[in-house]
Amino acid sequence: MNDLRRKTLLGAAALLLLKPFAALAAWHKEAFGAKSAPDALKSLGAANPAPSQDVVIEAPQIAENGAVVPIEITSNVKGTTSILVLIDKNPFPLAGKFDFSEGALPFVKLNVKMGETSDVRVVAEAGGRHYVATKEIKVTIGGCGG
Amino acid sequence: MRGAALLAVSLLAFPAAAQDAKKEIQRYQQMIGEGSPVELFELEGEALWKKPQGPKQVSLEKCDVGAGAGVLKGAYARLPRYFKDTDRVMDLETRLLHCMQTLQGRSAEEATKRVFGNEDRPSEMEYLSAYIAGQARGAAMSPGVDHPKEKQALELGRKLFFHRAGSWDFSCASCHGEEGKRIRMQDLPALANPRDARPVVATWPAYRVSNSQFKTMQWRINDCYRQMRMPEPIFASEATVALNLFLAATGKGEPYRGPGTKR
Amino acid sequence: MAGPMKMRATLAGGYTDVRVLMTHPMETGQRKDAEGKALPLHFIQNLTVKVNGKTVMEGQISQAVSRNPVFFFRLRGGAKGDKIEVSWLDNRGETNKTETAIA
Repeated sequence: MNDLRRKTLLGAAALLLLKPFAALAAWHKEAFGAKSAPDALKSLGAANPAPSQDVVIEAPQIAENGAVVPIEITSNVKGTTSILVLIDKNPFPLAGKFDFSEGALPFVKLNVKMGETSDVRVVAEAGGRHYVATKEIKVTIGGCGG
Repeated sequence: MRGAALLAVSLLAFPAAAQDAKKEIQRYQQMIGEGSPVELFELEGEALWKKPQGPKQVSLEKCDVGAGAGVLKGAYARLPRYFKDTDRVMDLETRLLHCMQTLQGRSAEEATKRVFGNEDRPSEMEYLSAYIAGQARGAAMSPGVDHPKEKQALELGRKLFFHRAGSWDFSCASCHGEEGKRIRMQDLPALANPRDARPVVATWPAYRVSNSQFKTMQWRINDCYRQMRMPEPIFASEATVALNLFLAATGKGEPYRGPGTKR
Repeated sequence: MAGPMKMRATLAGGYTDVRVLMTHPMETGQRKDAEGKALPLHFIQNLTVKVNGKTVMEGQISQAVSRNPVFFFRLRGGAKGDKIEVSWLDNRGETNKTETAIA
């Protein structure tokens, strides 16, 4: 076969190997292993999200303990199919990736661990574009350790 | 760590900021309460309540925990109180220990071998406390305060609360004796005042998010003594029950909110 | 064996509120045991939410989610009796699931 055809076939085969199989439980090792929020977003193809007030983060400004920090996220961006949750200062910032289809609203509330005061970064994907909002949560330690 | 100290200092320098901080912390407490694993502890506790155990292979279902044999609804809110069958004032865990021995035939040694658990393996007492406390949601706190032995225990509890001892000369009142005090970002309730005691007694036992453990009142008293550098109190002892009664009586009338979720 | 899991699904205005409680250590691999040895990574990686057998939400999460995770989701519409199923899969291949009908 000619050079061009071989390259095309090899390229297609490579793509097939890299594409996550929807049937199995995929877990994005690269994104979850990224040590910075920009790196995690880049590996998810969400490198340059536009700031948007339609991505709403409800969370307390102060957490009494970093072990459990409640965060409630609503995306009012029309056609949101995915929400990413990152904690900028965590050793591995990406905490969650939630993919919604017809039957679910782009909404999630979860408890995350925060190692220190940090921005929480939420990225919504809609129509192939990305939208971001951030909120700082101060992490404190209460009590006398008892 | 330093960040928390700096935050505390900076917030104190500006009273308005301190009020905002208080509001945000309340919001934190409300949000973690809405999504809490507490119900899972209640589920496990229910299973243990109904499980035949011990040499007699009997469940705890006929145990009287304050509202009559086998009656759970509202029972926790009536504790501590005097029980005729033992002729003493007892709190929840003391009563459970009693039923483990009398109903199930278990030895005191076996039943108290591991009263405080951890995040990987909570103790039987912790699960049972969660379940029974949960059954009193909405009931007004009404511990026993009229019987002569209840009056005695109440007086002992009050004395113990203010009694300074140990290498640091601390009493409960050292931390919990004055209004408006705090440790780091945590407000310290002045527990001898009904206004401060009420929300406290209405939300213990509780799930602690900082260590993912379910903590009971016997543990709370035990750990306070540890923090005061005093000898470890004996589980279900007269002293611990007296202190629990003092706290519950100071907070009486408050509708019980069920096992709490705390930092 | 996986610890208890519990779910509550209630109709709200035009959507269904789902709250699910899970038991899981969500071990980060950073904590050390009494001998100073790091406790190995053990955490839920995947969540699946189904309504009447059809997948409506898939989540991938990390060890940064708190121990004994609690999640809230919202389903579009919903009717009494609709069957909701939430399942999880962790990094060791262990799984658990719970089902409930909309109240």
